[in-house]
Parts: sequence; C-alpha cells; structure tokens
Amino acid sequence: MILRNLMIAASATALMAAGASAETLRWARAGDALTLDPHSQNEGPSHTIRHQMYEPLIIRDVTGAFEPALATEWGPKADDPNVWVFKLREGVKFHDGADFNAEDVVFSFERAKQPNSDMKELIGSITEVRAVDDYTVEIVTDGPNPILPSNLTNLFILDKGWAEANNTVNVQDFEGGEITYATTNANGTGPYVLQSREPDVKTVMVRNDNYWGIDQFPMEVTEIVYTPIQNAATRVAAMLSGEVNFLQDMPVQDIDRVNGADGLMVKQAPQNRVIFFGMNQGADDIEADNVDGKNPLSDVRVRQAMSMAINRDAIKQVVMRGQSQPAGMIAPPFVNGWTSDMDGESTTDLAKAKELMAEAGYADGFSLRLDCPNDRYINDEAICQAAVGMLGQIGVTVNLDAKPKAQHFPLITDGKTDFYMLGWGVPTYDSEYIFNFLVHGREDDIGTWNGTGYQDDALDAKIKSLASNTDLDARNADIADIWRVVQDNALYIPIHHQVLNWGMAEGVGIEVDAEDQPKVKYFTLN
Amino acid sequence: MFAYIVRRMFQSVIVLLVVGLVAFSMFRFVGDPIDNMLGQERTQADIERLRTELGLDQPFPVQYFKFLQGAVQGNFGVSYRQGRPVSTIIAERAPATLELAFVSGFLAITLGIALGVFTAIRRQGVAANVIMTISLIGVSLPTFLIGILLIYIFSVELDLLPSFGRGETVKIGNWSTGFLTASGLKALILPAITLGLYQMTLIMRLVRSEMLEVMRADYVRFARARGLSDRVINFRHALKNTLVPVITITGLQLGSIIAFAIITETVFQWPGVGLLFINAIQFVDIPVMAAYLMLISVMFVTINLIVDLLYYAIDPRLRVDARAT
Repeated sequence: MILRNLMIAASATALMAAGASAETLRWARAGDALTLDPHSQNEGPSHTIRHQMYEPLIIRDVTGAFEPALATEWGPKADDPNVWVFKLREGVKFHDGADFNAEDVVFSFERAKQPNSDMKELIGSITEVRAVDDYTVEIVTDGPNPILPSNLTNLFILDKGWAEANNTVNVQDFEGGEITYATTNANGTGPYVLQSREPDVKTVMVRNDNYWGIDQFPMEVTEIVYTPIQNAATRVAAMLSGEVNFLQDMPVQDIDRVNGADGLMVKQAPQNRVIFFGMNQGADDIEADNVDGKNPLSDVRVRQAMSMAINRDAIKQVVMRGQSQPAGMIAPPFVNGWTSDMDGESTTDLAKAKELMAEAGYADGFSLRLDCPNDRYINDEAICQAAVGMLGQIGVTVNLDAKPKAQHFPLITDGKTDFYMLGWGVPTYDSEYIFNFLVHGREDDIGTWNGTGYQDDALDAKIKSLASNTDLDARNADIADIWRVVQDNALYIPIHHQVLNWGMAEGVGIEVDAEDQPKVKYFTLN
Repeated sequence: MFAYIVRRMFQSVIVLLVVGLVAFSMFRFVGDPIDNMLGQERTQADIERLRTELGLDQPFPVQYFKFLQGAVQGNFGVSYRQGRPVSTIIAERAPATLELAFVSGFLAITLGIALGVFTAIRRQGVAANVIMTISLIGVSLPTFLIGILLIYIFSVELDLLPSFGRGETVKIGNWSTGFLTASGLKALILPAITLGLYQMTLIMRLVRSEMLEVMRADYVRFARARGLSDRVINFRHALKNTLVPVITITGLQLGSIIAFAIITETVFQWPGVGLLFINAIQFVDIPVMAAYLMLISVMFVTINLIVDLLYYAIDPRLRVDARAT
C-alpha cells in the first residue's frame, strides 16, 4: 500500500515536471562535440552543437538549399571572377551584446586559416578577405571558384572583441591538449545561448530572445538539453521511457519498436552518404587473390560482372530492413551531377555476369579478400557478408576480413587493400568533391581516397579544370562526361544510399535533413 | 619483516612495468589514431605531420619509455579525442565510478551476508530455496543483459527510474557527487544493482556454504549443548568464523568492481572512467588507454600487496618461516 502511494506520488511529480518543461528539447545521440572552438575539429557532432550557438554566413536549410544567415546576399563580383561579394546582415548582436560587422567576418576567416584550424582545407582557395564597409565583405580566391559558398556553410563567425578579450584569437592546439576559453565557452550570434556544458555528459542551451530571426523561424524550443548516450539499447530505452524527446543515431532494428510506441515516431530521409566497394584495378598483380601474374580486377568485364552479381534489393530487404536506397552511382541523390538514370544503372543479372566472367577468361572464378569495417556504417559487416554469398554465385570466392574502422581505413589510404568497402558523404553537394577524392589519380593532396589505382591523365586534367570553370553549364557538362567514364569503367561497385532516421516524441516537428545536422531553430514543439 | 616488504614492493613494480609493456605492444593492433583525428579531407602531409607530432612514428619501446617518463611526474599526456590532459579527465570521471563502486560494494556486502546467513539457517525453507534459485540468475546472466533488463522493467515499463546518466550532481571542491540530490540517488539505483549483483550472489553463496560448514563443527554443537540461544550461536559463534574467508574474497572483489564497471557504465551511460576507457578504445586514444590500464594495475597490485602484508601480520606461521630462513 505504502509502495503504491509512493509510486503514485512519484508519477505525479514526474507529470508535473514534464508539464513545467514542455518546451525543453531533450536530445540524445551517440556522440558528443569534441570541442566548442568553432574552427577546431571539422566533424559532424561538433558542427551540430556549434550550429545552435554560432552562425556561418550561409547555412543549409532542411532541404539542403542555401539560406541566408549572417550574409543576406552574395555573388561573384561583376568585373572580377576571382572575387565573391557578401552583403552582411545589419543589426545582429552577439550573445554578449557586441555588434556584428565586417570586422568580425574578416577576423573569423583569418582565424580559420591558421595552422591549427581544421577548416583550413575547405577554404584553401581563399587568399584574402577584406571589409569594403561595415556590412560588405569581399572574398578573394586564387582563381575563379564557382562553388565557394558550398564551403562556407560550416564556417562560423565569432566576435573579434570577445576573442581578444578572452585570449582566444588563436585556434586551440587540439592535439597538443590546449584548452582555451573558446573550447568551453561560446559567444555567437546564433539562436541558442550556452548555459552549461560537461563534455560527454550534458550540454544545456537556452533560447536567445534577441536573435535576429526570432520572428522568422519557429524557435519554439526554449531550452535544449543535449546528452550523448553511447549504448544503442539504452538510447532507445531513454526515448521509450520519455526521458528523451528527440533522438539521432536510431538503431535500424529498433525503428519498428519506436514507431509502435505511443506518442513516438521515426522520420526518415536519404542520407548524404553512399556505400560502395572499391577494387584495385591499377596494379599488374594483386596480393589478395589466387591468380598469379595478372590482376583479374584490371579487366572491366570482371568488374561489371561483380557489380551484376550484387543483388541490391536483397541487401535492402534482408540486411537493412528496408532502410536503404539501392544505388547505381557513387553520389548521394541531391549532389550536383547526380541523375536518376545513372543511379538506376545497377542491375542484377547472374547469367550475364557469368558470361562476362567467361569472356574475361575467369569461367572458373578466382578468390579474393574483401576488407570491410565493422563499426563505421550501418550494418557494414552484414552487407559485406551478403556480398560474399552473392559473389560466390559467379565463382568469385571472397574471404571476408572485417575489422574496426581505425584499422580498416588506413588500409585504403596506404593502398594495402585490393577490394574494400567505403562510404562517402559530400559536404559541398557537388560532384567535384567526389572526383577530387575518389576518381582523380592518387597524388599527395588529391585522390587521397582513390584506392582503385585508376589514373587517366586526360580525365585528371578535366577534374582539375572544374575548380575554376565559372561557366556553370559547361562545367555541368564536364561533370556529366566524367561520370560517364566512371560508370563505363565500373570504377566502383555502388551498393546503396544510407537512410537517416530521427526519432521524435509527438509534438516535436522537424523534417530530417540529409546532413544529419538538426538546427533547433526550425523545430516546432507543442 | 622489512626485507619482506621491500621484496614485495620490488615485485609489484616489476609487475606494473610488464603490464605497461604488454599494453603498449598491443596498442598498434587497435588501429591508427590518426585516421580518427583528421577528417576525410586530410592529405598525406597532414598525416605525416601529426604522426611525428604525436611521436607515433617511433618504435613502441620508445613510446613506452616516454610514457613512463611522463607518468612518473604525474603527466599522462593529452587525450587524442578530447584534446585535454588525461589526468584532468580521469580526475573528473573518477568520482562517478568510485561512488557507483562504493554503493554497489556496500549493497553486495550487506545483502550478501544477510541473505547468506538467512539461507544457511533456514536451509529447508521455501524462501531460502527461492533466494538460492534467483541467485543463480545473478551468477549466470551477463552484466549487460541484467542492466538492459532492469532498464526495460523500471524505466520503460514502470517509468520509475532513469535509464541513463547520473542525474543532477553537486560539486564539492573537485568532487562531483550524486548523493545529495533526489535525481542523483534515483539514477544510482539501477547501475548499482547491476554492478553489485554478481558480487552479492557470490558473497551470499560463500557465506552460506561456510556457515553450513561451521554449523557442523564441534564447538557449535557444544554451544548448543550449553543451552545458548540460537541467536548467540548463529551470530556470535558461527558468523564470526565464517567471515575470515569472506573478507579475503571481498577485498579482492572490490578491485574488480571498479575495474569491471566498464560494462555497467556503458549500458547506463554512467560518466565514469569505464565509459571513458570504452570511448578511448573506439577512438584509439592511446594516452587514455595507457593511463587507465596503468591505474587499474596499480590498484590491483596495491590491494594484493596489502592482502599479503595482512597475512603476514595475521598468520604467525609466515613469520616463523621467515625467521628460520
């Protein structure tokens, strides 16, 4: 009896507590931001947290389209293709009350170009940033850069005066263990103000009632409590028990469970990440196979046959529980250069595949080692296991070697694998990014993730020319040409596009964004 | 006596050095930290630069020697993942683990002894049999399963206790405690049960079997013949003699409660050193892994040293031997 009374009392208090904090977004995901310093650590969860407090010149909305943030208009300068002009928003204040103007933008870009900055590669083409007046900034690049705005959506602006007063003019030396004021404090122009933070435990932010866009965006969340929960089962339990009302990194196997629970739902959208296999076709002989003196993967017919052997729909149904979108090209769907035709080019045809194998002289097949990560992508090891069975049907005997990501990825960058799984996201939303890393021949600072050994000088020249081609139609034609070469050579075996799942309690209104970057100012709550 | 202590101390140091050496030789099989530290846009030059900066291009004996050099001065290096000194991070995380270990150790000892005595005295009773059966679950089910089961029952279904975290904490100096707030105490319940259940059932079964043994001893029968009350026989005579082996085991188990909090902490997202260690493994955060492994081995070595010294003090035979040689 006493116990029952206690339980009633406890649930009554719980109800009251829930009523009082109705506008709190209790948000959980697997990992935490590594630091709050806006220019240290170019990494997803860190950017997500920063986006609530800091703002770049331009952001992407939930559909991935550009939206003005601290800049209101932008475009290349009429008489000089090497210069971009940004008009800044007037009347914006930082959290501490300081005014935002061009000086802060110049300062932030210079800060982001420092050696310790993790953002310096993204803005490597910028040679100078100058303030024309208080609310106009010109960005000079080392050549025409048609897609410059795409590289600025995570480049946050901080207050020059604040940085100077708090001794954080320099980006923290992360690897050296330096902790600066900016590592644990934030002073941006963003919609939420940092209230407290314990790394890996809890971060609390409250609404910035002086935000410039307070009338423009829903801004219905008044408080954000962000908690990283690493264990997938605990993360889902926290959502089911109502301790959390917004969840990222939803485990695929629990989607039905959460959808079936009262007052909870899961929304999904294709993610900016495509999963595929790479094959070492450039080497004369490879180590991981049983064929001496030649490399079966260098024959395009073998590569096409292997791609045809993969049943992508079966992988979607059985391995991914419906949570994937079969792919025919290695570009996520909203990237410039993607076409639905090319994305539909993968077909499963065992008879044709066997024929191609025989034509190439491998009617009896061969054996090969597949390197696969087991803690990086959704169900990565299971996908590889499925592929092993499918390739076996055309006589390719695959030995699977699955290991943690920290051991897998060095194999690709060091060229120690001949057949591997890789996933790719495109932060710039443009095919050039894919070509630079995955198609261009491997050199010191380009083609770094191209483990295929593929190299074609003419194609490389074409890829390089994309960077400065300001005629967008001609540029898009070039992109289409390059994709044609990639497709015809079966450079990679595309598998699928990952699907993102966000769990939310009833009343939390938000659409899933492809970058997995929730921006709380767009959330509605009731 | 003095020579014995010196000898044991010397042995302990050797053990520590070997543990460190084995740990460092293993780290390169965990993977390459560089890959996690730099984004996908990194160039080969970035990789080389960072590798040299961190000293990862050197052979592991050199890396180990450098680690020891720093460790002797209390400097465990900088975490690759958090970019902060490891000693600071561990000091921040230690209170959570120690509080959890303390509560679950306390639960394990008190409940373990009480239930052990009860089941020994009421050997044939229904309640005792039920307890014994349930205790089998505690010994045989893995910790993470018990944790998830408890979360499912008490958080998801009954909605009584939090499923993760430490609740509100209060800072006293550098020590953050969850003992002083209602939500902190509530958050402690499930993890403490999960962590202490195995030890509790172990102690209970130990007490029970020792107690049954003692109850058959002559002096207990003589005590009965003298007409002493059951209470006096059970608690003053039987229990006291039961406790000697129990104390030995409990001392050693205390170390494993702290060391094996890893799994419980992961399940409940408990912000202690165990969770820190798991994160470190996934990220190949070598300085954190090294510091954690060294601390745990220091702890075990110290406990063993104390136990050995206690034996020396308690058992006269050891002293006689020492004098004879």
